[in-house]
Amino acid sequence: MIGRVEAEAGVRPASRLASRPPGATRAQAWRRVREAAQAGVWWVLSIGIAVGAWEGAAALNLINPIILPPPHEFIGEIRNQAQFLMPAVGVERTGANFVALTAIAASVQRVLTGLFLAFVGGVFTGTLAFYFDIVRKLTLPLVTLLAPIAPVAWIPLAIVAFGIGDWSAIFVVFVGIYFTLTLATVKAMTNVDPVYLDAARVLGARRMQTMIYVVLPATIPALFDLVRMNLFGAWMGVLAAEMVGVNTGLGAIVMVGRQMMNMNLTFLGMAMIGLVGYLLDAAFGQVQRRVLWWRRATEL
Amino acid sequence: MKGTLSCTGLSKVWNADTEREVPALEDIDIDVHPGEFVVIIGPSGCGKSTFLKLLAGLEAPTAGRLLHDGHPITAPDVNRSLIFQQPSLYPWLSARDNVAFGLKLQGMARAERRRRADEYLRQVGLREFATKHPHELSGGMQQRVAIARALCVGADILLMDEPFAALDVQTRYQMQSFLLDIWHGSGKTVVFVTHHIDEAVYLADRVVVLTARPGRVLDSVAIDMPRPRSVIGPEFERYRAHFIERLRAEVARAFEEQELVEMLDTRIK
Repeated sequence: MIGRVEAEAGVRPASRLASRPPGATRAQAWRRVREAAQAGVWWVLSIGIAVGAWEGAAALNLINPIILPPPHEFIGEIRNQAQFLMPAVGVERTGANFVALTAIAASVQRVLTGLFLAFVGGVFTGTLAFYFDIVRKLTLPLVTLLAPIAPVAWIPLAIVAFGIGDWSAIFVVFVGIYFTLTLATVKAMTNVDPVYLDAARVLGARRMQTMIYVVLPATIPALFDLVRMNLFGAWMGVLAAEMVGVNTGLGAIVMVGRQMMNMNLTFLGMAMIGLVGYLLDAAFGQVQRRVLWWRRATEL
Repeated sequence: MKGTLSCTGLSKVWNADTEREVPALEDIDIDVHPGEFVVIIGPSGCGKSTFLKLLAGLEAPTAGRLLHDGHPITAPDVNRSLIFQQPSLYPWLSARDNVAFGLKLQGMARAERRRRADEYLRQVGLREFATKHPHELSGGMQQRVAIARALCVGADILLMDEPFAALDVQTRYQMQSFLLDIWHGSGKTVVFVTHHIDEAVYLADRVVVLTARPGRVLDSVAIDMPRPRSVIGPEFERYRAHFIERLRAEVARAFEEQELVEMLDTRIK
C-alpha cells in the first residue's frame, strides 16, 4: 500500500508528465531493442535445439522418417499444394490455389465468429442474470451444469444439427465458452469494487445507470481476459470439429494426412495450428492492450 | 440556510439479528450547523466510516433519527456527497468526465457538463489535467478530482472519509490547506473523519471524539483558534494534548478489550 502511494504521488507523474531529456528516451529505446533481441535469441535457441535434435535423430536413422518426418521435410511439403485438394469437400469449400492459406482463413474465421458470438451472448445473458434476480435463479443452475462440458463433446450434436460446414464449427466454439462466459460475467459483476458503486449512488445514479456506466465498463477487462484464456480452448474446439466432420480447415488437413498416411502433411498442419494459435493469442493481447489501455496502470 | 445535519439517538448494528452482531454506533447525538466544519476522530474501528455512510444514506441506521435540513435521510442524495479514502475515480474516464459524471447521470448535455466540469477542475487547480486519466494523476491530484466531482453536483454537505489518509505527509499538508481554501466562504458544510489529531485540530470548527466500538460521543470541543492556523504554538499544543489524552485512554480500553476477546477466543478453541 505504501509503495503504491509513493508511486502515485511522485514517481509516476514525474515520468509521465515531465518532459524527458532526449538522451534518456534513446537509452530507453536502446534497452528495449536489446531486451527484445535477447528474448528472440532464447526463442531461437528453444526451438532450434528441439528441431536440431529432431533433424539429427532423423539423419542418424534413429527415428522412422515415415512416422516422424524431420521438420525440413514436412515444411517443404507446403510446396506440394495439389494434395490439399484431395478431399472432395475441401475442394468445394476452399477452392483457391493456395489451399493452405484458405484453410487457415477458414479456421480462423470460424474461431473468431464463434468467440464473438459467445462473448456477446455470454455478456448479454450474464448481465440479465446479474440484474434480474429471477433470471439468475432460473438460469444459473442450468448454466453451471452445462459449462463444464468440453467443446469437443458438443461436436456430434453440432454435426447432426448444423450438418457439415462452417456453422457446425462455429457452434462448437460458441457453446464451448458461452456458458463459462455467462458465469464469469455474473461473477465479475459481483466483484466490482463496492466503492465504485457507492460513488455512483452518492452522485445520484439509479440502478440502471450504475449498471450501464459503472458495472459494465468495470467488468469488461475481466471478460476480455476470460475470452483470451478461452481462445486456446476455442481453437482446439474448431480443429477437433474440422477433424471429425467439417472436412475443411487446418484440422481437416491434419486428418487428410493421416488418412493418406502422409505424416508430412499431418505435421505441416500441426505446425500451422501451433503458429496460427500463437499469433491469434498475440494479436488478442495487442487488442487488449489498446482497448483497455487504462487497465495496465490501475492494476499493476 | 442549507446544510444542516441532525442525528438523534443514532445506532447502527452490523448483521443485526444474527449471531454475528457487531454494534458499530450507539446512541449518537450530533447536530451540524450550516457551513460548519466538523471533524470526527476516534480509535480505529470506532464506526467513523459507518457514521458517514449513514449520513450519506448508503446504509440505514438500526435506530435513531437522521435529518438533513429537517428531512429524514433514507437514500443517497446529490446534496450530500461522500468522498472516499480509497481511490474512487473511474479509471476508464478522464478527469473531466469523472467530474462531470454526476451531471451526466442527471442527463445534462455533453457540452454544458464539460464546461462545468472544467470550471470545477480549475477551482481545484487541475484545469490543464482535464484529459488525463486517473492513473496519470498522483494520489493527491486524484483526491482533488474526487472533491471536484462532489462539488460539481452541487452538494451542500461534503462527507469526507479519511480522504487524505493514503497520501504522504507533504501532500497531506497541501491537501489540508487546499480543502480549507475551497471550503472557506463556500458556505458548504463539511463532516470530516480522520484518526489524525493534528489534522482534526488544524481543520475543524469543532472536533467530536468517538469512543472505541461501539462508537459513542465521548467529547465535543469547539476549536477556538483564528484561521489560517499554525500547527505550532501553545494553543495548538493545548488542543492537541487534550485530544491525545482523551484518545489514549480510549485506545487503551479498546486494546484491552481486544486482547480479552482474543484471549477468550483462544480459550474456546
